Amino acid sequence: MPRSSPSLDMTPMVDLAFLLVTFFMLTTKFRAAEPVVVDTPSSTSNIILPENVMLITVDTAGRVFYDITGRDVRTALIDRMGELYQTKFTPDQVKRFSVMTMFGQPMKNMKAYLDANEKERKVMDESTKGIPTDSLENELANWIMEGYRASAADGANKGIDPKSDKALRFAIKADGKTNYAKVKKVIKTFKEREIYRFNLITNLEEADK
Amino acid sequence: MNTGDGGGGGKHSKKRAKKSSTRVDMTPMVDLAFLLLTFFMLATTFSKPKTLEITFPKDKENTDNTTKIPDELATTFLVGEETNEVYYYVGKFQPDTTQLLKLNMGKDGIRKFLLGRNEKIDRQITALEEKFKAGQMADSTFHRLRSEAKGAKDAPFVIVKTCKLSKYKTVIDIIDELNICNVGKYAVVDISDAELLPLYKIIKPELVAAATGAP
Repeated sequence: MPRSSPSLDMTPMVDLAFLLVTFFMLTTKFRAAEPVVVDTPSSTSNIILPENVMLITVDTAGRVFYDITGRDVRTALIDRMGELYQTKFTPDQVKRFSVMTMFGQPMKNMKAYLDANEKERKVMDESTKGIPTDSLENELANWIMEGYRASAADGANKGIDPKSDKALRFAIKADGKTNYAKVKKVIKTFKEREIYRFNLITNLEEADK
Repeated sequence: MNTGDGGGGGKHSKKRAKKSSTRVDMTPMVDLAFLLLTFFMLATTFSKPKTLEITFPKDKENTDNTTKIPDELATTFLVGEETNEVYYYVGKFQPDTTQLLKLNMGKDGIRKFLLGRNEKIDRQITALEEKFKAGQMADSTFHRLRSEAKGAKDAPFVIVKTCKLSKYKTVIDIIDELNICNVGKYAVVDISDAELLPLYKIIKPELVAAATGAP
């Protein structure tokens, strides 16, 4: 009598595969749509970017974009900036700002940008000249100062030691082809606010000595 | 796979109505599931970018430092427009006599040069690294000893000078090389007007000729 070939029921394996897929689908945090994609230079540094960071991005054209982590910090920040620039933001606009990531709009366009939908924002992102950094109208300096203050206040509330690793770090992400003078302007703005330690974002390369 | 053997039991007689198989082959669906799984597994590991930590000197300190460093220990890199080369001179700058030498941004160029200048300290730190990797030293001890070695009195000092043509990538590559060769003392500053002339003579001779009105 011919023996039937042994058949293995694969159902449990497929169940597990789907379980894993569901797990990964729920736990991956996708990068928010960035207004500008920057090709960072490579370095052999293996240090990972810390969580609590104020990120200044400079693209090839020298346009400056700003980002800072923390919803509470961002809420406090936009309120302060609104006061500084005599702009009243509605609670809705404040909320939109607090969940946004990188932006490169001067303060005069900020209200329009926060009210805009995704498509309009993309258009604004493409045509923007970035955050002003020239000496007469250095908005970046204010963003840095107020961001630092908002983060310090938030840290004090949560009991974070300003000297620890969880304190706010300053990072600069620039394209390899960016003219160094533009990055230097950003660094100069930091130095004027007494900030000297930075993390420069790079991608990993192998070093064989 | 427990795939349906299509056709079921097959037709028995002509009068029986044609029964289409109710068994579906699940293989492609499972293939897709594994594909998605692999995608997500790989995608989540890519998200963290790496950083290069750097501390810039305060501007006031800069002018003091250059007078305290003995000339033999100071190397100055002048960064031009190209991202694969850098020009240098050792010691103090003499406006008429200092010759700029070229280095490639590679293993046999800048790295060889820096390892040559920093040989003693590089060897010290490599020895420390070996000990640390072998588990003979605590983390904090290793970092402390390494900083001490890098900051030693006879450690070389590198000044990286940028002009308005310099690209960010070149500066990052130089800082990276300095870290690979364990050079601890360096600063990134603006090029001085006096140094700009010999640099431009090499990288932009046409501008120099136009400016000086060469015949």
